[in-house]
Amino acid sequence: MSAVLSRIDEADRAIVRGARTTGRGRAVVVSAVLAVVGFVAFCLSISVGDFPIPVANVPGALVGLGDPGAVFVVQELRLPRALVALLVGVAFGLSGVIFQSLAHNPLASPDIIGITSGASAAAVVVIVVMHGSGSAVSAGALIGATLTALAIYVLAWKRGVSPYRLVLVGIGITAVLNAGISYLMTRAEITEAAQATVWLTGSINGRDWGHAGPLAWSLLVLVPITLLLARPLRALQLGEETARGLGVPVERSRAALVLTGVALAAVATAAAGPVAFVAFMAAPVARRLVRAPLTMIPAALVGALVVLAADTAGRRVFAPVELPVGVVTGIIGAPYLIWLLVRANKLGTGG
Amino acid sequence: MLTEEIPRIERRGLVGPASLRGLGLVAGLVCLAVVTLLSLRYGAKPMSTGTVFDAVVAYDPALEDHVIFRELRLPRTVLGLLVGVALGVSGAVMQGVARNPLADPGILGVSAGAALAVVVAISVLGITSLIGYVWWAFAGAAITSVFVYAVGSLGRAGGTPVKIALAGAAIAAFLSSITSAILVVDLSTLDQFRFWAVGSLAERGWDIVAQVAPFIALGTVLALVSSRQLNALALGDDVARSLGQHVGRSRVLAAVCVVFLVGAATAAAGPIGFVGLTVPHVARVITGPDYRWVVPYSAVLAPILLLGADVIGRVVVRPGELQVGIVTALIGAPFFIALVRRRKLAQL
Repeated sequence: MSAVLSRIDEADRAIVRGARTTGRGRAVVVSAVLAVVGFVAFCLSISVGDFPIPVANVPGALVGLGDPGAVFVVQELRLPRALVALLVGVAFGLSGVIFQSLAHNPLASPDIIGITSGASAAAVVVIVVMHGSGSAVSAGALIGATLTALAIYVLAWKRGVSPYRLVLVGIGITAVLNAGISYLMTRAEITEAAQATVWLTGSINGRDWGHAGPLAWSLLVLVPITLLLARPLRALQLGEETARGLGVPVERSRAALVLTGVALAAVATAAAGPVAFVAFMAAPVARRLVRAPLTMIPAALVGALVVLAADTAGRRVFAPVELPVGVVTGIIGAPYLIWLLVRANKLGTGG
Repeated sequence: MLTEEIPRIERRGLVGPASLRGLGLVAGLVCLAVVTLLSLRYGAKPMSTGTVFDAVVAYDPALEDHVIFRELRLPRTVLGLLVGVALGVSGAVMQGVARNPLADPGILGVSAGAALAVVVAISVLGITSLIGYVWWAFAGAAITSVFVYAVGSLGRAGGTPVKIALAGAAIAAFLSSITSAILVVDLSTLDQFRFWAVGSLAERGWDIVAQVAPFIALGTVLALVSSRQLNALALGDDVARSLGQHVGRSRVLAAVCVVFLVGAATAAAGPIGFVGLTVPHVARVITGPDYRWVVPYSAVLAPILLLGADVIGRVVVRPGELQVGIVTALIGAPFFIALVRRRKLAQL
């Protein structure tokens, strides 16, 4: 009798253990698969171009082996660009996760909060009013994003910052900045308006180590911080009281999360412009792949994969016309998200 | 998952009793009348109230002022009123249906669809007149929102707000990407499109007013009639169903009315997103969450904002003007932010 009981006990425990570990196990598997696919996309992105380099030679050329011409093209031209794509994807992906989780709202990506529109407005000012280009635009965008974030935070501050108020203030600020952008666009010379349009779509055309370097250093700091903040973020998702009960310092964690999310979006936008849709879709896609509510690493990898694939496609599909990456992220990212929604509906798992 | 976790918010508005709310609405209408008069009087060439009155009751085609009034001021003001009402009402309805305070009418992909249709019309068919854009924009808006609604409602659960919102955002992003792709490679289209995309009431004549007015009238009536159902929908699908609502049918009705309103407004004046997003919040602060009041208040407050902004845009940089899309954001946003800071926003 007791033997039977203990066997049932054992079975139950196995079920519970299984249920507990499938979430994490799935996340690990999904992350591994995404990382592998991401690396292949990275090599592929480096291999294609006007001077094609076989994918098999790419890893060698990355470390300086093989044909010197290929090594030069890879290390000086293609690698920084691919790196910018990868890192921008990671940054937007993580930033999206942070804001969507903080605001409990899948529509609250950094585009809506106003940070990217701050960067955009500043960039358009640099292009249209100051006739600048290149790194001046990046610097302007970074300053614009920082000032905007500061303004939003100060305006939303009232004995602490509720994420809801932050989002609504962000919407107001976004409206003002977009109005400014429209105004400048109608007053600009058409060639500068075209340049601004490309930037506003999000483009990593012609990005070199001057862009990749600072971006890489910033992410080296920001990504570990974000991963450390995953724990309080998960607690905050359970509600403010619960989080407090779990011993999470609510205000401080929130401030740290907002700051990190802003910094991620700002450095990414400065490097590549407001690449459409990446921040918005990374988290929902990752969530549906992993089937868990909060998934940082998969979301970052999804973001990276989307930007890499989009940039490669944008360069090659209509060659010699090169489409900005922001055009392609929307065109390939949106149908995928829609397909996920439709499939979830068929399975009856809801949105 | 959407609004359920928003912190507890005021249930009641500033104005409690129904009689006071009615008075408030009357006050709003008076305000609107004043703004309308201002819009008729001021522009590149200011007119006295007497001239305006004469031009209405004793029209004399020989007088330049009267012609300006009949052919420019009046259609522009009427269009401003129509578009304002359309944006305010559709914003309120959309937030009620989506149960999401961040849902603007654009969430059904209306603006993105209209923009793409206009870009295609300019780029492929070489259409360059405002009147030529109207039907393209309207068709683009309508097709897109039907598609969004269809994608969002697939499956057994039907169209839940979250799915519709996600589907709308995804499809809007897809269409905007195609729009940017065309704009990036086609300079002359960008040159036309950037002026449409700002959102403006300038240079719209009676022909445009006549085309969009029936849709806006129909949409507004539908919205006012269905505001009771919005109240039920706002309580959540299960509660609404147990109150005897046909949830699916109410939602489709609301979506149809949003398409009519925003499609027509966007076709006539270009995408002006901010009004539909924020005015319902203001209305809700005044009235509380009852849609039977929120919808009419939005219908009165939105044209005040839009027409007021248009008047300001006409006089600040005379003889040039600032487009209404820009001015609404510039004066509306600080007000909106102040509101967000001062009060807890009323519950949806």
